[in-house]
This record gives sequence, C-alpha cells and structure tokens, in this order.
Amino acid sequence: MSEEILTTQDLHLYYGDKEALKGINLDFTEKGITALIGPSGCGKSTYLRTLNRMNDLIPNVTITGTIKFKDQDLYSPNADTVQIRKEIGMVFQQPNPFPFSIYDNVIYGLRIAGEKDKEKLDAVVEKSLRQAAVWDEVKDHLHESALALSGGQQQRVCIARVLAVSPEIILLDEPTSALDPVSSSQIEATLLNLRHDYTIIIVTHNLQQASRIADRTAFFMNGELVEVDQTKNIFMNPAKKQTEDYISGRFG
Amino acid sequence: MNSKTQNKIAIGALYGIAGFVVLILLALLGYILVSGMPQLSWHFLTAPAKAFLKGGGVGVQLFNSFYLLFLAMLISFPIALGAAIYLYEYAKDNWLTTTIRTAIEILSSLPSVVVGLFGFLFFVVKLRLGFSILSGAFALTFFNLPLLTRSIEDSLRTISETQREGGLALGLSRWETVTKVILPAAVPSILTGVILSAGRVFGEAAALIYTAGQSAPALNFMDWNPFNISSPLNPMRPAETLAVHIWKINSEGIMPDAKAISSGSSAVLVLAILIFNFAARYLGKRLYKRLTSA
Repeated sequence: MSEEILTTQDLHLYYGDKEALKGINLDFTEKGITALIGPSGCGKSTYLRTLNRMNDLIPNVTITGTIKFKDQDLYSPNADTVQIRKEIGMVFQQPNPFPFSIYDNVIYGLRIAGEKDKEKLDAVVEKSLRQAAVWDEVKDHLHESALALSGGQQQRVCIARVLAVSPEIILLDEPTSALDPVSSSQIEATLLNLRHDYTIIIVTHNLQQASRIADRTAFFMNGELVEVDQTKNIFMNPAKKQTEDYISGRFG
Repeated sequence: MNSKTQNKIAIGALYGIAGFVVLILLALLGYILVSGMPQLSWHFLTAPAKAFLKGGGVGVQLFNSFYLLFLAMLISFPIALGAAIYLYEYAKDNWLTTTIRTAIEILSSLPSVVVGLFGFLFFVVKLRLGFSILSGAFALTFFNLPLLTRSIEDSLRTISETQREGGLALGLSRWETVTKVILPAAVPSILTGVILSAGRVFGEAAALIYTAGQSAPALNFMDWNPFNISSPLNPMRPAETLAVHIWKINSEGIMPDAKAISSGSSAVLVLAILIFNFAARYLGKRLYKRLTSA
C-alpha cells in the first residue's frame, strides 16, 4: 500500500447558503488514476476544484474541513496557493491554450519561474509533449500558434503545459467532454501512460471512460461521496444501491 | 404577411438606416476634405500662424496637438490601465467598486467645457501652472481617464475566464496571470480603445481653451532642451492646438484667409486621425503577433 498523498476530511463547501459538498472524506494514494463520477450537479467538479483551491476564484464560497497534501494543510491561512497549484496542476473541460506558440505554451510556467537555459527549456518541451503524446504531431511547428491546433491537440498541449512544471498531482475536469471520440481516446491513452508517474484525479461524465482508465472510482451524489473502491468493484459489484442504479443507467 | 416578407422588409429597413449613416459620414468627410485639401501644402503644414496677414500655416498647432496628445496619453494610460486591472481582475463586487464605476460613468459624461473650466481653476490658477501644455495635458487626462478605463476594462472582459484559470492552475500568481497571459492577449483590443480615445483627445477643443491656452508662440524646432521657453518640448509654454485653432479663427480670426485656414486645418485634423488610426491598427497587429506567438 503506497503512501497517502492527499487526504480530505469532513469537507463542506457552501455557495452562499447552499451546501454543495456535505462532508467528504476521501483519500488518494500516490500514483494511479482515480475517477470521480456522478450525475450533473453532484459536486464532483466542485470537489475537484477544492483540491488546488480553484474555488477561491468564486465569490461567496465557504469551505470547512481539512485537505492535506503531504501533511501540508491546503487551507491553512499561510498556505501558498501559487506553490500549491504548481504541485497540483489542473486541466480543464474546455482546452484553454494561451494565445502563444505551442513552445511558449508548454514552457510558460517554467519561464515565468525564471528558467532561462534554452537547452533545458527545449528538453522540457520535448519531454512534456512526448509524455502528453502529442510530440509527433506538433514537433515540426512548435513555434506556431497553439490556437491553430485541433481541440484534441490543444487539450494534450494543455496537459503538456501542466506536466512541464512537474506537478505531483494532476486534476482533470472532464477533459474530453468537448472533444470528438478519436481525440478522447488519445487523451485516455495519454493518461494511461502518465499513471505510473503521477497521481491523477479525473472528473468524468463518461462511465466507460472511468471503467477504461481508472484504478479507483469514486461515486458522488447530491454533494456526498456515496462510495469509493477499486474501479472493478464499483462497476461489477457496487456496495451501495445508489451506485448500482447509477452505473446501470437507472438515473443520471 | 408571411415571415419571408417581414424578413425582407426588416433587411431593407436596416440597409436604409445603415446607408443613411454612411451617407451622412461621407458627406461630412467629403465636405471637409473637398474644401480643405486645396489649402494643404508643405508650407501650410509647417509655417507658423499669422494673426493679421494671409498665408499663415498651422505647423506649431499641429505639433502642439501631437505633443499634447502624447503627454495626455503618457499620464492617463498608466492610470487607466492600473484602474482597469484593479477593477476587473482584483476588486470584489461591493459598494466601493460600484461607487468607483458610477463615478467613472458620471465623469465620462461630463461636458468637456466643464473639464476645461475645472482645469483652469485648479491647474492653471490654483497650482499656478499657467496656460501651459502641462495644464492642458492634465485636463485632457481628466477628460480621457473615464473612457479609457472603461474601454480597457471591456478589453479585459473579452479575455475568456478559462485563460485566467489556465494561468492560475499553472501556478502563476494572479499578477503573473494578468501581466503575462491576459494583457498580451488583450493588446489589440486595448490598442483599439486607446486609438478611439486618442481621436477624441486629438480633436478636443473645449477642455483646452482655458488650460493649454489659445496662443501659439513661435517655436524653435532646433532647440530640443525642454527647459527653454522656445523649445517645442517645453511643457510649460502655452500651446494652442489644431482644434482650438479652428475654433479661434472661426470665432475671432481677423486674417483675410481665415476661412481657408479653418478648412485646411479641419482637413489636417481629420487626416491626422485617419492616418493615426491605420498606423496604430497595423502596429497593434504586429505587436499582437510578437507578444503571442514567436
């Protein structure tokens, strides 16, 4: 059993008066893929965004409970959100490359952090793009705008951009829901490659996707964590009735 | 009447309205250019004005207009940029920011003659800057700030929220996200706003009559020491601009060719703004390319 890298205890989140997360207890061990599934509005994306404090950007959000990343309390008053987000990167539903070249997109985090060594940057670009399985497609036009790429390529460049700052955890918020099936399966292949080196947490609407790539799956409903287990168990032999109903398509 | 006919009537009406607007514009522009172009010559553009005799030019006024525009932008752009970034990227929606926004809105609808009189009382008299380029530039700053702030804020608003999330999720601080991601992406739109407000500033007369003054002392274009009174760069000299010049010769001009000079000046003003627009647009595209993709 590997070490727990991220733990959440009794996590509540309120949008104004509305309670969106009702006491989540969920731990993540190092490496591997955990999928968060559940019907729309169940709180899985909200939960994901608490893990690198992206919910800070939304006004009127109150969060109670503790999230610990390697014994560091993410919500302690002196937590450094910038540092946290370097170690816990995020990929979004809509591919959001910056309006720069592919090369600049990938090294953006590093360059702003002050890295100037051209050789090192070149190496990082190649390594990250290879890891994100998009190198072969873009290697000949690294200095063209990333906006000219297809949606699937853009999304993989966004993954490469996150990899370039070498995070420990990568959060993905429905990364394939805006993509066509071919691009989606390329992203899935990318994630399967990365699962040995990174702790990956992915929110997905697509149950097949979860069953294909995730080692563990957590089922959310109405702001509560219903069940979390090995993916195989969740899909073949769920412990809770609600999970079974959802998996078998009886609602949601 | 079926929806097809309705559609046709609507399109026809819209074409009519658009055509009407274009017609007015073309007529105005045509009138200014047709009556003004024949006056234009190298002499007219460079010679100093004459008070009583014919054959004067607008060289000094033209230079003053550009110099004032430059100074006014130099002062107002950083302030407007900072204010816009604060309002859009940092400030929370509360009574304070609502008050600031309302104040900006009210300030932007202030008649420019009021801005001019305020500038006269405050900068010219109270701060003893006299009728000077500096007083004029400050008055123009007041005149320009609200619009520029609004337009930059609107430019920032056009940049998708996903870009901000992308920057922050990459471990950039908010400031780095704004300066390294949002601003480069917003440059063309910001530049358009700056051009539009520059056009307004360039053509502004009422705010300058009582601040930059209505006299254009002869300048020595060989002397670039800003501390000399005849130097074009001296910010403490009175400086009649082109727009003020047009107003003045139409209201009290006693040179025999006042009408011709006024027409010529108007044409210069319009052409300058046109050239300025195209140049800035071209620059904006170049800048965007350089900032966004290698």
